[in-house]
Amino acid sequence: MAGGSPVAQRARSAVAAHRGDRGALLPILHDLQAEFGYVDKSVVPILADELNLSRADVYGVLSFYHDFREEPARGTVVRVCRAEACQANGAEELFEHAKKAPGVTVEQVFCFGNCALGPAVEVGGRLCGRVDAARFDALVRS
Amino acid sequence: MTTVYVPRDSAARSVGADEVAERIAATGSATVVRTGSRGLLWLEPLVEVETDRGRVAYGPVQAGEVDDLVAAGMLDGRETDHSLGRTEDIDWLKDQNRVTFRRVGVIDPLSAADYEAHGGVAGLRAALTKTPAEVVADVTDSGLRGRGGAGFPAGIKWKTVLEADSPLKFVCCNADEGDSGTFADRMLMEGDPFTLIEGMTIAAHASGAIEGYVYIRSEYPDAVATMRQAIDIAYAHNWLGDDVLGSGLTFDLHVRVGAGAYICGEETSMLDSLEGKRGMVRAKPPIPALAGLFGKPTVVNNVLTLAAVPMVLADGAAAYQAYGVGRSRGTQVFQLAGNVARGGIVELPFGVTLNELVNGYGGGTRTGRPIRAVQVGGPLGAYVPVDLFDLRMDYEEFAAAGAMVGHGGIVVFDDTVDMARMARFAMEFCAVESCGKCTPCRVGAVRGKETIDKIIAGVDREENLQLLEDLCELMTDGSLCAMGGLTPMPVRSAVQHFGEDFQRSPVPLPMPTVGPNGSHT
Repeated sequence: MAGGSPVAQRARSAVAAHRGDRGALLPILHDLQAEFGYVDKSVVPILADELNLSRADVYGVLSFYHDFREEPARGTVVRVCRAEACQANGAEELFEHAKKAPGVTVEQVFCFGNCALGPAVEVGGRLCGRVDAARFDALVRS
Repeated sequence: MTTVYVPRDSAARSVGADEVAERIAATGSATVVRTGSRGLLWLEPLVEVETDRGRVAYGPVQAGEVDDLVAAGMLDGRETDHSLGRTEDIDWLKDQNRVTFRRVGVIDPLSAADYEAHGGVAGLRAALTKTPAEVVADVTDSGLRGRGGAGFPAGIKWKTVLEADSPLKFVCCNADEGDSGTFADRMLMEGDPFTLIEGMTIAAHASGAIEGYVYIRSEYPDAVATMRQAIDIAYAHNWLGDDVLGSGLTFDLHVRVGAGAYICGEETSMLDSLEGKRGMVRAKPPIPALAGLFGKPTVVNNVLTLAAVPMVLADGAAAYQAYGVGRSRGTQVFQLAGNVARGGIVELPFGVTLNELVNGYGGGTRTGRPIRAVQVGGPLGAYVPVDLFDLRMDYEEFAAAGAMVGHGGIVVFDDTVDMARMARFAMEFCAVESCGKCTPCRVGAVRGKETIDKIIAGVDREENLQLLEDLCELMTDGSLCAMGGLTPMPVRSAVQHFGEDFQRSPVPLPMPTVGPNGSHT
């Protein structure tokens, strides 16, 4: 098994860091996503081998959770809450507006727990409340 | 130097609390302490100034206004723009019974000294003088029911785990607060994390568990960071680890982070996720109390259930039991959300009416338009029309009305809401978030969305409404868990109370559909 690429090396070190943890696959995938911004599919056989799981098990987990992406996002990641409380304050219109913004990856999220100050949007990892179209544009520009 | 309190709660930060705190610190004439939020979220960022009259509040304060407010005497507690008077005298707060939330917004969440000075650790100390069975009896006598939504008596669950014979047992806290309109778990973890740690340690003592996990959703990075720091501090104070407070109890606590799957708020799905698997729902029995995490006996409780426990042990079961009505005992941390003028945290005993919460505390809609509906208990809860606002917040009274109290989240909608579209959204959400294990949920939600599309489009309306009702019945009766089993609740309540929205002039098919990652199909 090749151990040379930085991704492969990092995958092995992430496994080592969680060696004593029960059910360590999710924390390992989080570590890899935090470092690279996505989880490269090439780590699937490595993690399977290290954790004594089948490749299908590992890929099954990787593909089940919305958070893990298999390729890098384009530009800033903007996550718009589309859940009911934000919808009550116009989130659907905001989501449509957001999708037209150039140079950003727009994703839907169901709830940031900011339901009294919606619509809620996360721009580049920062949570923002009471976001209307104008504030959205300003946030994306900055 | 004057002490000024500015929340570090992520809702407050989302509207500029960090910038306000920095601006005040930059004046050089105040020490800024970051607290949780008082829960008056429409007034965030809320600034409190320590005076000889107690804390005096100002809000909402924007960073750009700080210099003017300081010049006008804010740091001396003088009356200025945005003055709200003494925090404790604010009507909205004064009439509440802050029990679980008594320290949130008051203390520095990561100060062990603050925590103890405000009554922290008293519950754990009391519990450690008792046998596990006595602690279980206290929790049972308090009438505490699961705050995650299902309302199962906590003491009965703990007793089952205590009586299970296993050298390895777990306590798991479900902090996967995925329901729209709920944020109390998050605010407690960000604002008073030691209370949750204390509650879990008491649960460990009561059930014989030696290891615990807090499963927090990834959408709550601040809560994750705060809980992790708090756990480190708790170890340093011997509130966790080996020989807790010299009692001989061993309890290790870990934080685990979810990965954006709503279904992991369902307890068995959360357990699979904690085991490093896909978050698939398990069939019950066996119940998690007997075969839970890694097949071991496991206490699984919601954040607010566990956070209520220290008070039960510190002040006694009778004190907690004295709050509430019927079989709904204690206080509930209600959350006012959506299109509401005064959103935030209202902690009151069960029995308060929906009207008192939504119109009294909430002050009606933020847009100023009439309220049309409120959704109580999250995305799987019923849409309740205004003519049922006399309902009291009580598990049984709500169930009898075809609704549910759930975790006490209330989302307000004004009269511009289209309830047929909200019903469609309930099905769409279920289709996106279903774990896929059982057919009624996995396939039913997709068919439900398609059927509502046809109704909206005016295709065979009466037949399709009947079909939708049949489908709802099947999903309710045949689904493995509450996801598929309760998705019909918002749908049926929308049809029942707002039937006219399903008879509007037809909108042609196809309606836009949003895929799992926001892609349009």
